Order: sequence, then structure tokens, then C-alpha cells
Amino acid sequence: MNDVIIFSIISLSAIGVVAAIVLYGVAQKFKVIEDPRIDVVEEALPAANCGGCGFAGCRNFAEAIVKAVSNEESIDDFNCPVGGSEVMTKVAEAVGLTVEEKEPLIAVVRCNGNRANAPKKINYDGPATCAFAHNLYSGESGCPNGCLGLGDCVVSCQFDAIFINPETGLPEVNEKCVACGACVKACPRNIIELRPKGKKDRRIYVCCVNEEKGGPAKKNCSVACIGCGKCVKVCPFDAITLENNLAYIDPEKCKLCRKCVPECPTGAIHELNFPPRKKPAEKKAEEKDPPVEAKDKTAATKPKNEENNEN
Amino acid sequence: MTTLKTFKRGGVHPAENKISANQPIVVLDPPKQAFIPLNQNLGAPAIPLIKKGDEVKVGQLIAKGEAFISSNVHSSVSGKVLKIDAVIDTSGYKKMAVVINVEGDEWEPSIDRSETIKRDFSFTQKEIIDKIKEMGIVGLGGATFPSHVKLMIPDGKKPEVLLINGVECEPYLTSDHQLMMSNGEEALIGTSILMKGLGVKKAYIGIENNKPDAISYLKELAEGFKGIKVVPLKVKYPQGGEKQLIKAVTGREVPSGKLPIEVGAVVNNVGTAFAVYQAIQKNKPLVERVVTVTGKSVAKPSNFLARIGTPISILIDNAGGVPEDTGKIISGGPMMGKALLSLETPVVKGTSGILIMNKQETHRVEMLPCIRCGRCVSVCPMGLEPILLSQLSRLQMWEDVEKQKVMDCIECGSCQYTCPSGRPLLDYIRVGKNKVGQIIRNRGKK
Repeated sequence: MNDVIIFSIISLSAIGVVAAIVLYGVAQKFKVIEDPRIDVVEEALPAANCGGCGFAGCRNFAEAIVKAVSNEESIDDFNCPVGGSEVMTKVAEAVGLTVEEKEPLIAVVRCNGNRANAPKKINYDGPATCAFAHNLYSGESGCPNGCLGLGDCVVSCQFDAIFINPETGLPEVNEKCVACGACVKACPRNIIELRPKGKKDRRIYVCCVNEEKGGPAKKNCSVACIGCGKCVKVCPFDAITLENNLAYIDPEKCKLCRKCVPECPTGAIHELNFPPRKKPAEKKAEEKDPPVEAKDKTAATKPKNEENNEN
Repeated sequence: MTTLKTFKRGGVHPAENKISANQPIVVLDPPKQAFIPLNQNLGAPAIPLIKKGDEVKVGQLIAKGEAFISSNVHSSVSGKVLKIDAVIDTSGYKKMAVVINVEGDEWEPSIDRSETIKRDFSFTQKEIIDKIKEMGIVGLGGATFPSHVKLMIPDGKKPEVLLINGVECEPYLTSDHQLMMSNGEEALIGTSILMKGLGVKKAYIGIENNKPDAISYLKELAEGFKGIKVVPLKVKYPQGGEKQLIKAVTGREVPSGKLPIEVGAVVNNVGTAFAVYQAIQKNKPLVERVVTVTGKSVAKPSNFLARIGTPISILIDNAGGVPEDTGKIISGGPMMGKALLSLETPVVKGTSGILIMNKQETHRVEMLPCIRCGRCVSVCPMGLEPILLSQLSRLQMWEDVEKQKVMDCIECGSCQYTCPSGRPLLDYIRVGKNKVGQIIRNRGKK
């Protein structure tokens, strides 16, 4: 009886030893050497796997960064839109580089064809996807470039940052936006653009993408850009270009002076988060005031101050 | 009685509603202003040859199709060119068109406008193809594929049979029916010209047996033509589809993703055959076509011979105006037609009919969950699974959509017609087909 136990123990131990040797050999031969920095970089990333950076997930992004670094290529084009500069600084530290800070972006919906501005002419009762409606026809208001309002952008957003306002029927972006660019890709009409967030969330942009001539554009929508070029003339920084009957404000060049906004005859240029304009009379009065006095004002009136400085 | 031929797989039989069937063709006067789009064919648009202020005559070449798949455009009216500008088309998007202010009705002197029927022709194969190209003939069944391209057979393929499509399987439409009744002999001469152009000895004219008068009339006429035979077909939608017609008449099945020439067949519409006759024998380009204006509430459902470029509103006015309970106005038939956005859209080479549907007919039923009955699968004439394709398209799984052969879909709408849950199957399949088509084209570029 003892013989059986001893025999079993010896044979099993022998198999164990042989297997261990084989496994060790195989493990040495087929060893995958992975850069330990990949793990460190991945650790720094937000793990949202949103794909906003252009890679399939955070792991792929980390791999790509480490690969670029080991090939001594620049990592300027890499940006994690979710984590922003904070995360990118950490990533750069992990791979031993310094990061230049980029301005944060936000998605901007460039259409103001709401129900009042661009009244419905057609009843659409097909499936509620913009992609389909765009293939089929020009839209309920007749504008061939305007928002279809069927919410492909809302579906594409992973961050709950864009939703359709039931009153206007147009998508609106809230502060949750991380500028991953999913909605930009989802929109079949290229209405959504990623623009710099701007100081204090202040932005000026042409809220229209219609490339028709003035007459036909105005026929469908009262707030369409008619390509008159008034804004181009008034802009002191050459930030506005006119192409295909459509004005475009280059966010890099724009200094947010707001001169173009009142110039636009259809109100297609929008200013966001600016303090209300002063009436002309008030403005003159203020200009006469010595600027020192303005600076002495309390924090509550600070926005006014800002405007003064900018103007 | 022998059983009538038809295609085997799938198909539906919607209510025929051929209200305008016995209305003879009414010739419409030229409109006051004509809008002639530059892209009236499948493929590339034509390049305009005229400029603002030019005087044009009926039949004058105004735009030339330079690309391989493109076709010439001729003026359908005489008068002065007002402008070449973007004009709204059936989809609401703007396309380039020539706008002509009509003055009088002066035709190019080279066009033979007499009523006499010329039977004999002595053109060679190449001359026929060149003439068809010059006269801007496109497939008049609705797809508007340039006819001369169809006649140019790729190397290594041999056409054996010409099929003439007189099926008109779409409910409501009667334009081909009336054309066969009034211009049957010319259509048959056109058929023999096409046979010569292809170099085939046999031609079959497929007609559904809901048009018994057309079948017997053409049968009688066909006795005088060598090699042409009329084939009565059982009424079933979508028999007018190219692949379905080949299957019904010859029993051959076109393989997935291939053209009909693969099985030695070439299909042309009966309207195209008539246009070919006019082009070859009368030197007349494609400047007018038969358009049905119909609908349950329409006062005078009619078949009009309208100039290309006539605004659709004029056709509807001649049929008694837009009825009060109109829900939708459709260009084409109820199954495959497209709702119009504006009545100012012009008649183009592909306009076979204008259908005015009332509010009750156009009401979309509420979409209910799929009950897995499989009716859409059983009616699909291409043997696809519409419910699967539509779900995959909805979920944007484009690779799977492609694997499930979405590109084979002929968009006949049988699946959506038959769905008891009122699901918009074809709508989603179209999204998928469009997207997959884009993906395939992009792949080709790389």
C-alpha cells in the first residue's frame, strides 16, 4: 500500500519538474518585452476609452505615444481631449518630456435655423437619423446645409454633452463637452466644429454653414449667412474669410473684438458669454471717464472692465 | 391554359390602381419657362455648350456628356437662355440647370417631325451606338443609365438576347402601357434597331398580363418582325427590375454583384426602344417623354407627352390641379418613387409618373416591434434578409451590412410594404447601402 503512495508522489513530482523546465524554456523563448512606460502612461490616462484622440482606446493611445517617443518623433499631435492639459502633462512626465499647453476646445453648433428662423415647409416622417434624411432630401426648412435636428450628434456623444433643445429643435452643447470630436464626425452636414473655448468661455463664430447665394439662403432661413462680406471688411485682424458665399472666422486670428457682430445684417455671427453691450450714449460717457476710475470698481462689475480693456 | 412566366423568389402584389390606364396620351404645349437639368442620367453631369442670352431651337445640343458614363442634353424648347444656375431638384438639393425663356416652337430643321413610320434602316452597329449617344438616349424606366454604354459590350462577353421591359410593375403608372398602345410599331422598330446595335438575333418583350390589350396588340405587330416575341408575364412586383425580368423571361439568374451581360442578356425599357426609333429614323433627340399624372383624388388622371424641363406644376394643373386632401406628391410610382419637395421641379428624362396621394394613403403606421414573422425575408426578390440588414444599418455595423450583401438590394420596397409591424425596413437599408457604397468607393481609391 505504501508503495503505491510513494510511487504516485515520485511520478507526479517528476512530471511537475519536467513541466516546469519546459514552461520556463518556452517562456524565455517567447518572451514579449513590453515597454514599462506604456503601463505608466496608461495609468495617467482617464480610461474613458472614448476614442476622442483618434485611437481605439486609452491603451492604444499609450502605445502610440511610447512608440513615437522611442522613435524620437514629436508627440505634438497627440492629445487626450478628455483629460486635457492636466493629463497630457502627466503623460509627458511619464515619458520624460515637457508638454506645451494647448487651448481647450469645445464643440460649436453652427446653425441657428430654429423653428422661428427657418420655418418648416415639409413634413418629414421617415426614420429619425440625420444620415438618412441627409441622403434623402434637403431638410424640413429647405436649407441644404442646415441642421436636420434628428440628433445623430446626440447619439454619438459619450459624455452627455450635447442634446436637442425641444424649443428650437437644434442641438446645444453644455459644459460637459470634452471636444472628443465624435459629434463632428456624426453630423452628415459638417455643422459642428471644434473651436477654442476662449477666455472665460467667450466665443465668436459664424452660426451658419449655408453656401448658397444670399437670395436663396435668406428664402429658407432668416438668419443665414448671405455672404455679403461686411464682416470681412470690418475685421481689423483679417480673421474672417469669405468662401462659397460663407464667412468663416479663424479662431486663431480672432481677438474677440466683436466688431463683426453688429455689422452682420442677418445676425448670423454669434457672440457667447460676453457682457451685454452698452448703449452708444453710455459708451461715450464711459470713454470720457478716466480709466483709473474704472479699475477701482469692485469685483461685481469686473466684466465691464474686461470689455473696456478689450475695446 | 399554360401558366404564365414570372420570377420565382419573393415579390408582392400591391393593389394595381391603374386609374389612368385607358387615357390616351395628351400632347402638352411647351411651358413658358423650361428648366433643363444638366445631369439627367446616372453618372457624370453634362458640360454646357451654350451661354446666357443664346438663342436655342428644339433639339439643339446644349450640353455634352464628356465622361464615359454620361449623356448629351438637348434643348426641349426654343427660345432664349435666361441663365445657367442651380435649380432645386426632386431631393431639395440644387443642381445645375439651363433655364430657357420659351419663344415660339421652332425645331431644328434636321428633325423629321412627320407621322409616317419608317421601317427600314441601313445603319451599321457602330453607327447605331454613336447615334444613340449623340441623341442623349438614357434608360427611360427610371434609372436613366446612358443607353449607349449598355450597348457597348465589354470584351469577352457575348450578348445572346435583348429583353424589352414593358412590364410597368409599379402600381398607378401607365405611361409605358399607353406608349405601347399608341406607338407600338415604332417601339418594335426601335427594338430591331437595338438588336442590330447589340448584334443579337432574339428579343423578348415582357408585358404583365394586367395589360391584355397591349399584349394582343404587340403580339399582332410582332408577327411582322423577325426574332421579336412578346412574353406575357404574371402580375408580380418588382418584375420590372432588370434581374427579375431576366429571371422571369429567360430563367437565368444574374449572379450577385454582376451585370445582366454575365448571363448574356441586355434589358431596355420599351420607352427607350421608342426613343431609339425616333433618334435613328427621325433624327430626333430625347426632348420629350410620356408622364403619367395620377392619384385617387386627382380630377383627371392622364398620360401626358411633356417636354423635358416642364415644371411639374403645369402637368398637375392639366390633370385638374392639386386636390385638397393631398398628403404627398411623388415622382415615380408608390413603391420606389420619391416625394417631391417643390412643384417647380422639372420633368426630367427619368420622370415616369407623378403620383398624388391623399392624406389617408400617406399616413405612416406606428412602428411596432418586429414579431419575427419572416415575411420580409420571404418577399425579398433578391433573397436578402431585410430585417437583419435594417437592424445592422441602424446599429451602424457597416462591415456586417456589407457581408450581408446590402449592395444587392434593388430598393424595391417589398419588405417595407409587407411588414405587419410597419417597420421602416427599406429606409434603414438605404442608409446602409449608401454608407457601404461610400466605403467601397473609398477603398477603390486607395
